[in-house]
Amino acid sequence: MGLDLKKIIRETPSRSKKQAVDRLRLVVVHDRSKISPGLMERLKEEIINSISRYVEIDEDEMEIELNSTKTRVELVANMPVRSIRRV
Amino acid sequence: MSGRVIVVTSGKGGVGKTTVVANLGAGLALLNRKTVLIDADIGLRNLDVVMGLENRIVFDLVDVVEQNCRLRQALIKDKRFGGLYLLPAAQTRDKDAVAPRQMKAVCDELKKEFDYVLVDCPAGIEQGFKSAVAGASEAVIVTTPEVSAVRDADRIIGLLQARELHDPLLVLNRLRPAMIRKGDMMDVDDINDILAVKLLGVIPDDENIIISTNKGEPVVLNDNSRAGKALQNISNRLEGEVVPFMSMDFDLGMFERLRRFLNRSDKR
Repeated sequence: MGLDLKKIIRETPSRSKKQAVDRLRLVVVHDRSKISPGLMERLKEEIINSISRYVEIDEDEMEIELNSTKTRVELVANMPVRSIRRV
Repeated sequence: MSGRVIVVTSGKGGVGKTTVVANLGAGLALLNRKTVLIDADIGLRNLDVVMGLENRIVFDLVDVVEQNCRLRQALIKDKRFGGLYLLPAAQTRDKDAVAPRQMKAVCDELKKEFDYVLVDCPAGIEQGFKSAVAGASEAVIVTTPEVSAVRDADRIIGLLQARELHDPLLVLNRLRPAMIRKGDMMDVDDINDILAVKLLGVIPDDENIIISTNKGEPVVLNDNSRAGKALQNISNRLEGEVVPFMSMDFDLGMFERLRRFLNRSDKR
């Protein structure tokens, strides 16, 4: 009987603070990583320049953006390849 | 003489900025520091009612910058304290009634005469914020243990750095020890890990704040209030004194006392 009581009292099922910390971490990383449109444009150009040395990409169809997933913030680039250059 | 100009800011509204400003003012005055509080929340003035000085306003901050009166005339002396003054905000004007340059001039003038100039910053990051921080050389950030408030605090830290206000000090307000113990509220370490700024104070949630505000009295005068004690500690720290942070290990419910009792009997 005494043991059961201890068990019940020690249980702390609710841990919403962990969710708060995890969500906050992510949102803060995202806020801090705000990239201005101008900077994004420069980033895009430089990526195109270096990629184009190896493959020919469709620049009009290219997409680049910052995405946040559950656990991190990622830079996602989607570049349709027209052809691969012969080096 | 040149006093310290400290802006108290938060980003998010309703985290207790005005209460912190009023009580730091009272706390510093109790330490015999000549202190003036500027309410920079033009159009939504509140520092006057929190301090209980609302019936004594004649001129305000906008009157000063528009030269309808001299700076001296707009200062309201808090008669309960030796050297505590309020420069109230205008209630019927817009946030852009005071430009950053004008605010800086007022702060520069006041710091010649006062040990402390505390600026109560409006919520938000627009014109009112820009003006409020213009004359300050130090910043205190108030936040509560909620996702939205901490996020806004982080944003404000970035904006302050862009304005050459590095190393802001953090005040963590409205902590609820029982919820922290249950794992349902972020604690001091959680928030400090994320914001990574120097901690100036931790203030427990306390009903006495509401009671004091109802009366228009500073809570630092109430010896039975934990929040009052925490706020006085902050004033002492501003003065360079080393005061340990208040332990959040109180407010034990019957359940928690029983749990601890059982745990203790285990260890024997």
